[in-house]
Amino acid sequence: MRCFIGIDLGSTTTKAVVIDEQQQVIGRGITNSRSNYDTAAKIAQQEALVNARFHLFRLSLSKTKVLNGGLESFLEQLERDFRLEQFLVQLADLKATCERNAEGSRFGDAAKAVSSALDEVFKRLRGEAAGLFAAGAKRRSDFFRDIAGSRYLAIGEQVAKESGMRYDMLLNVFDRSIIEVENRVYGDSIKPNLLAALKRTYAALPATRKKEQVINSPIQSVLDTALDETYTVGTGYGRARLPFSKEHIRSEILCHGLGAHMMHSGTATVLDIGGQDTKAIQVDKNGIVESFQMNDRCAAGCGRYLGYIADEMNMGLHELGPMAMKSTKTIKINSTCTVFAGAELRDRLSLGDKREDIMAGLHRAIILRAMSILARSGGIRNEFTFTGGVAKNEAAVKALKDLVRENYGALTLNINPDSIYTGALGGATFAWRAVLEEGKTAEAR
Amino acid sequence: MSTSANQPGTPVKMMPSSAAPKKPAAPVQKEDAMWLQKEMINRNYDELATAHETGRKVAATFVPGNLNELVMCFDFARSLPETNALQNGMRKKSGKMIMDAERDGHSEDVCTYVKADLGMMLGGEIGPTGQKLPTPDLLLLSYTGCFTFMKWFELIRQKYNCETVMLHTPYQGDGKISQNMRDYVVKQLKQAVIPALERVSGVKFDIDRLRQYMKESAKAEDDLVKVLQSAKNRPSPIDGYFGAVYYIGPMFTAFRGTPEATQYYDVLRQEIERRVAEKKGPITPEGEMAEEKYRLVVEGPPNWTNFRDFWKMFYDEGAVVVASTYAKVGGVYDFGFRHDPEHPLESLADYCLGCYTNMNFPQRIDMICKYMDQYQADGLLINSIKSCNSFSAGQLLMLREIEKRTGKPAAFIESDLVDPRYFSSANIKNRLESYFQMIKQKRSVAAGAAAVH
Repeated sequence: MRCFIGIDLGSTTTKAVVIDEQQQVIGRGITNSRSNYDTAAKIAQQEALVNARFHLFRLSLSKTKVLNGGLESFLEQLERDFRLEQFLVQLADLKATCERNAEGSRFGDAAKAVSSALDEVFKRLRGEAAGLFAAGAKRRSDFFRDIAGSRYLAIGEQVAKESGMRYDMLLNVFDRSIIEVENRVYGDSIKPNLLAALKRTYAALPATRKKEQVINSPIQSVLDTALDETYTVGTGYGRARLPFSKEHIRSEILCHGLGAHMMHSGTATVLDIGGQDTKAIQVDKNGIVESFQMNDRCAAGCGRYLGYIADEMNMGLHELGPMAMKSTKTIKINSTCTVFAGAELRDRLSLGDKREDIMAGLHRAIILRAMSILARSGGIRNEFTFTGGVAKNEAAVKALKDLVRENYGALTLNINPDSIYTGALGGATFAWRAVLEEGKTAEAR
Repeated sequence: MSTSANQPGTPVKMMPSSAAPKKPAAPVQKEDAMWLQKEMINRNYDELATAHETGRKVAATFVPGNLNELVMCFDFARSLPETNALQNGMRKKSGKMIMDAERDGHSEDVCTYVKADLGMMLGGEIGPTGQKLPTPDLLLLSYTGCFTFMKWFELIRQKYNCETVMLHTPYQGDGKISQNMRDYVVKQLKQAVIPALERVSGVKFDIDRLRQYMKESAKAEDDLVKVLQSAKNRPSPIDGYFGAVYYIGPMFTAFRGTPEATQYYDVLRQEIERRVAEKKGPITPEGEMAEEKYRLVVEGPPNWTNFRDFWKMFYDEGAVVVASTYAKVGGVYDFGFRHDPEHPLESLADYCLGCYTNMNFPQRIDMICKYMDQYQADGLLINSIKSCNSFSAGQLLMLREIEKRTGKPAAFIESDLVDPRYFSSANIKNRLESYFQMIKQKRSVAAGAAAVH
């Protein structure tokens, strides 16, 4: 089937969206941008295509009604099993890479100890893998680097202690190896991983096993359907690095405008707060950008600011919003300069202000800056769509709602749960338009 | 930098394009006239460097509202501090100068032309060409619409204790030049400026000499206007912003009123007329623009530290600037004003009063709307300069109003004059590309709509 793909190479994450000929989103994929945009683009696209397969499984399985009532839990199990299989393949690769990197004379007399410690670390990692992907298991991140990394470090420390060797040697091997592994694309292993995952799923849900034949047949036919990459459009900060011709590259401002329109067709004004920039975009009724404003070369008040604050407070980025929501007092913070933010934060703490109140003040400061960029772009019109990573932060959303009400009155604010994919969706829609409306075909770089 | 056989001080010999001075294997491409203007500018630096040795007095004055014809009547060598700063910027020397000035106590928010100039002084007044610039004998402040200019000369006066003369230019708050305003400026010329010039130079004022220079000015101004208006053609043979910077050089600096400037503009006009006849696009440092995809009007000065990179961002996308307000910063000639030898002092007054940044916002908006229409532009781009209040104030208001009146898309980018720290390639490129794509998209929607109806 013909697929239209949008890839948004952001400074933090790379997102991909696949749509079909009816402009329905059939798959979404996300990965960390790494230092290598090419790989990030490939992996995000691959993830989106895997996600599309699952979407198609759902469609064809629901038609057969074979899993009536149990379809969702079956697919959830299958996806967990698939992630586990994928994880195990990458883990095996990481092990082999670590062993290779531990060879030679680097560790001198300790070489043997390092090698057996690696054996032990990976044995334990493999052992606990199934638990990481079990139903209800919580992971801080879905990226291999994060999952494998945090567990490797924890287990490595234990193993080093037990065997009386230096922990930094294990760290050294990991640091060298993870970059290599992270930059490999495991495209060929998707089908075998899915088939292996299917076996696990039948084992986990024995009731489904007797319907194996009836379930397998639509799954197999989905697997046999080629997902053609009919046209791809790339956007985002890394767009120039995409292996496409210029025709396939669109500015993220246009993609965000169109993506927001596709998600909420009444969109007139879009605010996007991403990792390193804030964009205010005005679109017409077709999602065409009419005007836009961005922050200047200073990233003050962008997502990165929150990341910096989180680091300063030794908290996770996703913990900031909930903490700010507990605030009971308004504290005015005027500095949205990322560099000054740390100083202001410590100053406030030393004055005896509560962390949650300071947090609420910081979120308001970010939104105040966004309000000024919005004003520059022509103000907020109805409907107003908020996108980007910061749209996931409830305290930022609350501050935005308050300020919009105060300054513009009541209007519709759209925040899509998939807002992180707005740019990629815009890209995919441009790809669709290029082929179906403009009759274009894909161009090589 | 010059490769010509011309010696400093000798008239520029104009050559046909086949024998034009060319740098062997030079990666930068320029029109013949661009090389010539560079020579002229360099020659002025030679003259400045040797002025005191040769017994000449030096006047420092600013580009907008400069009274070059009048100053020449007193045999002054002319130094233009903004030009020094921008030349230093283009030659990648301004960054250090600005930091030196900041270390000397000038805030980050101060105009970077000022800081580049003060930094240059701290470094021993070594000018853009590596020659030492002379201490001015006279500071002539003939356009006061930029408040920073006054503070700038105050600082120089404090340092060198040189004679300063100020011509107060009333702002065109009502959007027109009244007889009162003109009389007020003429009175100052007669009572303050000319006596000061006579006193410092020791040369007596000769109004016929002024008339003679003004005749030359008017001729050159006619040609400059023709050159700038050639951008009404499709394709435009020139870039009315980046390229225009070269074309306005002699006119806006120490050469207006000289026969060599007249000759330069004559050659330039002929060169551009040839390009029009041959339907050629503008010459850019990267080569001739092959396909003109976008036609823009630009408001605001360019960035000098990354001038070539900045221009390349337009070249890469096939964007040509057909008109710019910056190309009028040293004189708005395209709506009819000429230096008038019949009324020399009055026309000097009109010239100062008519400076682009002395016009009120409705006038500037009208001017840009006219450009958008007459030059068939696709849109307006504003380059907002971080440290320039003269230009930046009111730009968003202008943008909004022009968008509304013309229905054409506008965009806003930010950089600085000569502070390399304020040029973010990624950010500017991102905005420019978005803007060009926005124009393209609007165009295809409009074409689609036209096809339907």
